[in-house]
Amino acid sequence: MKDVEMKMKERAKQLLESGEVARVVGWKKGDFCYDPSPATFETVEELDNFVYDYFCGANLSKYLIQISKKEGKTAVFLKPCDTYSFNQLVKEHRINRENVYVIAVECMAKFDIEKIKEKGVSQITGVEVKDKDVKVSSLYGETTLYKPEILLTKCETCQKTHQVKDEEIILHERPERDVDRFAEVKKLEAMTEDERFAFWKEQLSKCIRCNACRNVCPACSCVKCVFDNPASGVAAKANDSEFEEKLFHVIRAFHVAGRCTDCGECSRVCPQHIPLHLLNRKFIKDIDGLYGEFQAGEEAEGKTPLTSYTEGDAEPNDVLNGEAK
Amino acid sequence: MQEVTTEKKEFTPNIVAFCCNWCSYAGADLAGSSRLTYPANVKIIRVPCSCRVNPMFVLKAFQQGADGVILCGCHPGDCHYVTGNYYTRRRMALLFSFLNYMGIEKERTRVEWVSAAEGARFSAVMNDFVKTVTELGENKRLTDLRVKEGE
Amino acid sequence: MLKIAKNKLNDLYAKINETMGLFIPIKKAGEVNYHVWGEGKEVSIETLKTVKSPKNMFFPQTENMMKFKTEGKNLEIIDLRDEKRPFVLFGVRACDYKAIEVLDKVFLADPVDSFYQSRRAATTIVTLACSRPEEGCFCKAFGIDATAPQGDVTTWLDEEYLYWQANTEKGETLTKLVQELLEEGGETEVAAQKEATAVIIDKLPFSNLNLDKFKPENLNELFDSPKWEEMSEACLGCGTCTFVCPTCQCFDIRDFKTNEGVVRYRCWDSCMYSDFTLMAHGNSRTTQMQRFRQRFMHKLVYYPSQNDGLYSCVGCGRCVNKCPQHLNIVKVVKELGGKEND
Repeated sequence: MKDVEMKMKERAKQLLESGEVARVVGWKKGDFCYDPSPATFETVEELDNFVYDYFCGANLSKYLIQISKKEGKTAVFLKPCDTYSFNQLVKEHRINRENVYVIAVECMAKFDIEKIKEKGVSQITGVEVKDKDVKVSSLYGETTLYKPEILLTKCETCQKTHQVKDEEIILHERPERDVDRFAEVKKLEAMTEDERFAFWKEQLSKCIRCNACRNVCPACSCVKCVFDNPASGVAAKANDSEFEEKLFHVIRAFHVAGRCTDCGECSRVCPQHIPLHLLNRKFIKDIDGLYGEFQAGEEAEGKTPLTSYTEGDAEPNDVLNGEAK
Repeated sequence: MQEVTTEKKEFTPNIVAFCCNWCSYAGADLAGSSRLTYPANVKIIRVPCSCRVNPMFVLKAFQQGADGVILCGCHPGDCHYVTGNYYTRRRMALLFSFLNYMGIEKERTRVEWVSAAEGARFSAVMNDFVKTVTELGENKRLTDLRVKEGE
Repeated sequence: MLKIAKNKLNDLYAKINETMGLFIPIKKAGEVNYHVWGEGKEVSIETLKTVKSPKNMFFPQTENMMKFKTEGKNLEIIDLRDEKRPFVLFGVRACDYKAIEVLDKVFLADPVDSFYQSRRAATTIVTLACSRPEEGCFCKAFGIDATAPQGDVTTWLDEEYLYWQANTEKGETLTKLVQELLEEGGETEVAAQKEATAVIIDKLPFSNLNLDKFKPENLNELFDSPKWEEMSEACLGCGTCTFVCPTCQCFDIRDFKTNEGVVRYRCWDSCMYSDFTLMAHGNSRTTQMQRFRQRFMHKLVYYPSQNDGLYSCVGCGRCVNKCPQHLNIVKVVKELGGKEND
């Protein structure tokens, strides 16, 4: 990973020095080895803090809505999953594509620091990866963890590949994987209505309405959200009732249906670890099953399942009763 | 002397029916003028086209105390705006399937196509839906207790 | 000093629960937050940081204030304040306890917030000393001793026992109530734990943050710093930091229409939100940078300037752990706090 970071830094330096781009969007170092933040770099000096490692899980695409409107060209480093969001935002005319230079960077899955801490490791100073073994060093010594157990949820089932690139920095092949991203959704579908209700009631009761899921979501790019608009009648800053917990998440999931690229940022940022991706994945699974496989963000133009139709579409009542073809 | 009854108060559900102006609402009209009955607890909300119904409308109806929500529009292919109900069909298929995924009883939501000439069908559809929801009972999973305060 | 075996704690909770409510860290759907105790609940007082702080014991995320009932042309206003039943808030860490002091200065100052006051008066606070602080903790920077928190009762926990020491009259009353379950002893164990923990705290990376720069006289300089722009650029404008914060105290008041009238309730607000302090004329802070700056200036400059230098950050580190993009008060202090923090 260090070699990739070096290469990226070098390339960023060239682009800034030559004046080809006015800024580079990437990640900057934090206080620990696991808390980088998204950042823009406008000078070569600023690149000293540039970082790309196993903790750069944040999706940078949404920042480009604002940044691509700025004067001059912007170079951005995008992981495979980020490129889908990027395409989707280009499709929705939110990102000015001409102003952005996309550098596709390799991703070997990212780690969830909270999952590492849950394993009882604290005061972490660094990680080293060898196949599926992750050597975590801390002030208290070294521990070896099993990589699949400490991945960000969004990385657990990721099979994404770069959909956009003006150039690429890929030094290592990512091993092919065969995982079913709908496994959890299917598990829920197999439950009874009562069990599903109990599951979501318990999960959503944790929601503190911090809006992190919405604000990080690249598909949630409305200038003013209905839940922030006092004139909408549903604006709220807290869930004052159980109903409001559901209202927010149902409407949000529906609003991004057909546009959600399954980037998984919602689940990554939820402070209460609500499995929000299972809401979006239900829509994706239904869409795939009813209207043909569709992956939002694969194309930067064209219609989405909810802005198109066929005359022979399944009837809602049949879908509910499990009789749809 | 007042008679003491141990009989439980019969549950009459609140039903919200979103009906498109051109077909289903006219169908309701025809049902009325043909003296066909449908339960009075069906509250019709007239919309220009079934595809005017935003998922928020459906949720709001439940919040405000609906026990069942039914959407009625022109038969696919007969939309006054040519394609509106095709979009409705996809949206509501996904929304209702999603609500069921969250544990909301699938009997509470329905989509039916009723043309202006189908007064009898309108009446039959409403009678059947009310019957189904009555058997299912009160909506407790997707309602806002604050609204019901004082009841 | 008194003590109770760790495996008897459930009896202690049950005993308290006989006469009072008990608000305690409980694991629900995988996350530990303060909840009302009941038999069979999964108590987790070992958890260093609950996701939400215990502030919602006194200042709940939403709270009904009054009702307006309309009948014809008559309008009736119903006061929803009531006598609060006695509660025990159990397992509060030193930082969170200090945070209650910060909140007191806001809600108990004139005009007194009677909703807050009635809950505060009815509650006995049992604090719990930390023995395993983590790298995101920096309470020491605010002069807080995590090994010996205040409160009506202070407790210490080790592998075998919970040690118990009453500090106030309320604490003594509670002690009497559970007396039969407690036995004498524990001074040496507690002293040893305090010493060992203090050593760890000294070694924590943020323990020696220097806050000297954050003084009212530096207000303009700090406010005008060009660094805010860069520091806030990754901010999503979500409310995570404010909602997990034990000292954030802003709220909004809203109405909800019911079948018989209107309920007026208040709920937490976040200075990170675009409609925070929205008024008829518009909003006084229109960019995320301004909102971001407001939050940290409030914690480090505005609040202390009105409260004898008391910072309204207690170093619990929840924002350090929970910010989706890893922005937090420590990074602000390091960036603006001068050379001592390099």
